[in-house]
Amino acid sequence: MLDFIQMIASGIAVGSSYALMGLAMVIIYKTSEVPNFAQGEMALISVFFAFMLLGHYGVPGYIAFPATLAFAAVLGFLLEFTVLRRAKNPNVLGMIVITIGLEMILLGLVSWKFGADHKDMPFPISPYESFAMGKIFVSTLEVLTLFVALVMMVTLFLFFRYSKLGMAVKATQQNKTAARLMGIRTNRIMMLTWGISSVVGCVAGLLLTPVSMEPFMMWDPMLKGFASAVLGGMTSLPGAVFGAYILGIIENLFGGYVSIEFKSVVAFAIIVLVLCVKPSGLFARHYVKKV
Amino acid sequence: MDMKRDYYEDVKLFTSGVVFFWFMVLMVFLAAYPFLVKNYYVYVANYIAINIIVVIGLNILVGYTGQISLGHAGFFAIGAYGTLILMTKFHFPFLVALPVSALIAAVFGFLLGLPALRLEGPYLAIATLGFGLTITRVIGKIEFFGGRQGLHAPELVIGPWHLNTDRDFYYLLMVITVLMTVGARNLIKTRVGRAFVAIRDADIAAETMGVNLVFYKTLAFAVSAFYTGIAGGLFAFVLRFIEPELFSLFMSIMFLAMVVVGGLGSIMGSITGACLLGWLDLQLRNILSLPYIGSWLESLSKSYFSLTGVSNIQFILFGLIMVLIMLFEPLGIFGFWIRTKKYWRTWPF
Repeated sequence: MLDFIQMIASGIAVGSSYALMGLAMVIIYKTSEVPNFAQGEMALISVFFAFMLLGHYGVPGYIAFPATLAFAAVLGFLLEFTVLRRAKNPNVLGMIVITIGLEMILLGLVSWKFGADHKDMPFPISPYESFAMGKIFVSTLEVLTLFVALVMMVTLFLFFRYSKLGMAVKATQQNKTAARLMGIRTNRIMMLTWGISSVVGCVAGLLLTPVSMEPFMMWDPMLKGFASAVLGGMTSLPGAVFGAYILGIIENLFGGYVSIEFKSVVAFAIIVLVLCVKPSGLFARHYVKKV
Repeated sequence: MDMKRDYYEDVKLFTSGVVFFWFMVLMVFLAAYPFLVKNYYVYVANYIAINIIVVIGLNILVGYTGQISLGHAGFFAIGAYGTLILMTKFHFPFLVALPVSALIAAVFGFLLGLPALRLEGPYLAIATLGFGLTITRVIGKIEFFGGRQGLHAPELVIGPWHLNTDRDFYYLLMVITVLMTVGARNLIKTRVGRAFVAIRDADIAAETMGVNLVFYKTLAFAVSAFYTGIAGGLFAFVLRFIEPELFSLFMSIMFLAMVVVGGLGSIMGSITGACLLGWLDLQLRNILSLPYIGSWLESLSKSYFSLTGVSNIQFILFGLIMVLIMLFEPLGIFGFWIRTKKYWRTWPF
């Protein structure tokens, strides 16, 4: 029983980072219908930016982390403005190819600059610190991840629900033409969503750095985040979060009880099974196509 | 431009004598090629021929039927492992093992096609991607398939011939490649191919016209997987050694990149894309030894980047090609060719 609770606890912790990646992808997908495969590498380049600031230049943490978030936002703006906006009559395949191309460019840049070996991120919290809650051990990093993820979710919820800008984003997502007619500059909103999403992804990336830091570190979280977003329906923010926690928990239970070797592929098996039953994920209305 | 007056004109393999002439020239060139170049370039040709088969297969799925697949490395792995296992453990001859393992890949393609019936866009992308990753992972963990150590290819014997060198293998490979290419070209011109195109353009309209969506979508997946399986089986003999890490997500992405760069929905495009990117892939592996830019890149890496990561320039280059092609010429090199042809046809006007 104790094992079980322990696994659930670490499942929730893993799920939090998937949730952040999933949220980042959903934010972009809802506005521009782009499944953003470059999400992981956008986070990667921001994380290495933080690494450079902290490690090479010795900038103190309270400046470096906000600077990294600002960098992530600018990166998101820039990619949308220079690449995505220029796509002529985009279809889903074209968008997937463009974002995969971006992903390879960013990945190539980072690993060209830093090499493929593991780095030690000077992160304020070590991944080996842990404390006992009753009889369950949780690491401080896991608690921090969960806490940050919850804060991000609440912030996003408040932003989309109550701020004027958030309302504008939602309006653009629902009907671009109508939003433009109402005086919303939809192009700017698109840029903004890429910025927001890049920041959310960057936070997820930063929280992963104490465990491992190398150019391929974001592949797995990105794919799992994407998987959880798809599980939740790709267009629903709570759906992505829910899907992420489900995936995290199932993955850990599967690793504990069935086989540790196939732990990382079970997520995709679940995805395929769920999509067979509900083709648009758990939380989205089924997509109806205009003929 | 090329007006077709009746059905038989449309399905003809060679549209004119000129085309037939150039086809024959190509065949003669291909037959003479191994005698003209060094050994390494025969290996390059083999590598590219395999890419051509895969890319044609993937183009049938992506370009003609309009489904996305990010999991073709999985089918490729099934073909490669299937052929080697059938030959070493069950002592099948090569010419039986190859189609049998391709058929196994086709069965997997059919199975993957079933959920794909109801999926599209990002949902299909993640499902196929998951399939590819799962296959590689499963093969890597099972001892029967050689596990992490990988498998060595046995000696290749067909009838009285022992195919030991790249040159020997080249002829077998070229015969298969030409057959597969012509096969794909004919498939596209038949009822099946037209059904694929109809599904791509508007699946609901196609269904209304009597195209059986279940049958043709799964068939597209199966045919595509069959092509990839054949290529996988041949690939095992080009490298002579296979291991699970070869068949990574990056490989699936490369196949998709070749399709997109060459041109969606065109056989010629597939061939050009495979040639261009396959060649670049091999060249860029030792980028520092390239003439002219090699030394420049070395000094650039020393002062601004790291020398250990210099091979990653190929990621950057492939990424750039994919993005630029998609932004400026969504139909790829083939689209560019069509535009050039049109421009010169009516040139001074």
